[in-house]
Amino acid sequence: MSPEFIQGIVVFVLAAFVGFEVISKVPPTLHTPLMSGANAISGITIVGAIIAAAFADGPVAIILGLLAMSFAMINVVGGFLVTDRMLEMFKKKPGAKK
Amino acid sequence: MMVLLYLAAGVLFVLGLRGLGSPRTARRGNQIAGAGMALAIIVTLAYLTDLNPSHLDLAEAATILWWVIIVGALIGSAVGAVLALKVKMTAMPELVAAFNGFGGGASALVAFAEIVAVGTIVATNAPYATETEVTVALSIAIGVVTFSGSFVAYGKLQGMITGKPVALPGGPFFNLVIVLLMTGASVWAIGFNEPLGYWILAALALVLGVTGVIPIGGADMPVVISLLNSLSGVAAAMAGFVIGNQGLIIAGALVGAAGFILTVQMSEAMNRSLANVLFAGFGTEGAAPIDAGDKPVNSATPEDVAIALAYAQKVIVVPGYGLAVAQAQHAVRDLATALEEREITVEYAIHPVAGRMPGHMNVLLAEADVPYDVLLDLDHSNPRFPHTDVVLIVGANDVVNPSARDDSTSPIYGMPILEVDLAATAVVIKRSLAPGFAGIDNPLFYMPSTMMLFSDAKSALENIEEALVDL
Repeated sequence: MSPEFIQGIVVFVLAAFVGFEVISKVPPTLHTPLMSGANAISGITIVGAIIAAAFADGPVAIILGLLAMSFAMINVVGGFLVTDRMLEMFKKKPGAKK
Repeated sequence: MMVLLYLAAGVLFVLGLRGLGSPRTARRGNQIAGAGMALAIIVTLAYLTDLNPSHLDLAEAATILWWVIIVGALIGSAVGAVLALKVKMTAMPELVAAFNGFGGGASALVAFAEIVAVGTIVATNAPYATETEVTVALSIAIGVVTFSGSFVAYGKLQGMITGKPVALPGGPFFNLVIVLLMTGASVWAIGFNEPLGYWILAALALVLGVTGVIPIGGADMPVVISLLNSLSGVAAAMAGFVIGNQGLIIAGALVGAAGFILTVQMSEAMNRSLANVLFAGFGTEGAAPIDAGDKPVNSATPEDVAIALAYAQKVIVVPGYGLAVAQAQHAVRDLATALEEREITVEYAIHPVAGRMPGHMNVLLAEADVPYDVLLDLDHSNPRFPHTDVVLIVGANDVVNPSARDDSTSPIYGMPILEVDLAATAVVIKRSLAPGFAGIDNPLFYMPSTMMLFSDAKSALENIEEALVDL
């Protein structure tokens, strides 16, 4: 295995542990926005999509790159927007009570 | 430098996720995570010339197809923004499922783009590391399963596909066979340098996403969406290995872990193991017809309910999916306001799996400006029911079914419930006696202390409020 690959595994395992630690203390109230927010972060694959699109050689690769770009961008833009829309309503609440 | 900037984006994701964990910082957290995403995208664009895949020669690497990036980004942004801004709050779970599917699909496509390159490499006999090929196979398998599985979940929640579990020939073994075939295709692709194997793998994964989700009942879709969310993170991380990008690995692993924790918590809320949710085909045997006809039911009018409420001191509302379907969150809030004007205490008891995903009811009630300090969770609700005069159950069923506590033969036995039967009066607003998602009868409906108001949730609540004003 190449050193880069092993380094990747190290990063993967450590990041997974951070994920476990950060998430385990979330109240159920916020589970829906959390799921939606985490889902938006999984749109990070946009980085791969940009690279695939930029260096596509040949028509098949261009179609794949174009699809990857669109799909990832739907995930990113839609994910963050919809999470914000949900949380905007949470924010109004304490004020609404008074 | 580039790697450090990706690390910075990763740190922003972690801070964002942590912010999302508390009501006060949640919106900020989402914005921080969004900033992390913007940073990752900018870094990628800025360093694009350094990121060219190793298989390209210098001339090819110098050409960046900006138009492909821009056209794809425009299409994706437009579709994503329209969906996100147009969706009704009730359809939120479906939308999360759909976005999730697109994310998983994108990861698989990134790996596919690599296969096209693999084809070239195999032809030129350039070295291509086995471990990278393994991650290509994993990205495709996980990404495509996420893609098709998410859209089946979407269809089930939208009612386009039956919410009932669909039994597969051979049960779970059917999917086991597909997994074995997928392993075979991967071995063929990797071991024998045969790019066609990846395409077969993708086709099988497309099938597995469908056959994996379709046997699971609609009630369990929250758990499935959460698991698919976790998988879409893993798929992104695998794509990160494929293209050697640490930003993808960090963020993907974070989401994979976060989604998995959430999945386990949701299964626990239903007192079932994750394996039971995924493989038991829950509700299939409970689908026997329910002979409710001969049992006495205490049917009430909105006026009866208004009188009961008017003489109460303490009322707890139990919202369920029926409230979401009827868009009745504002109606319930208006009724609560009318009761509060009469100095009646109104609180809301939220079951962890009420609605179609955890926190679904909280989001809906938040939309109607219900303050969050009157939203009680399971542990805080149950001690209050014995001291409650009227419990108003709006479109909830399985989560208030006393069988889960009393009847050890019931399929939902052991699931934590809201013990509404301990209150002086339980008012159930429901369209009919039809069973809930679990497909089982609810003895609560036949108890003498229960009033059944057969109606659509929204009009029922409005009628009760009108009757209350007339008292």
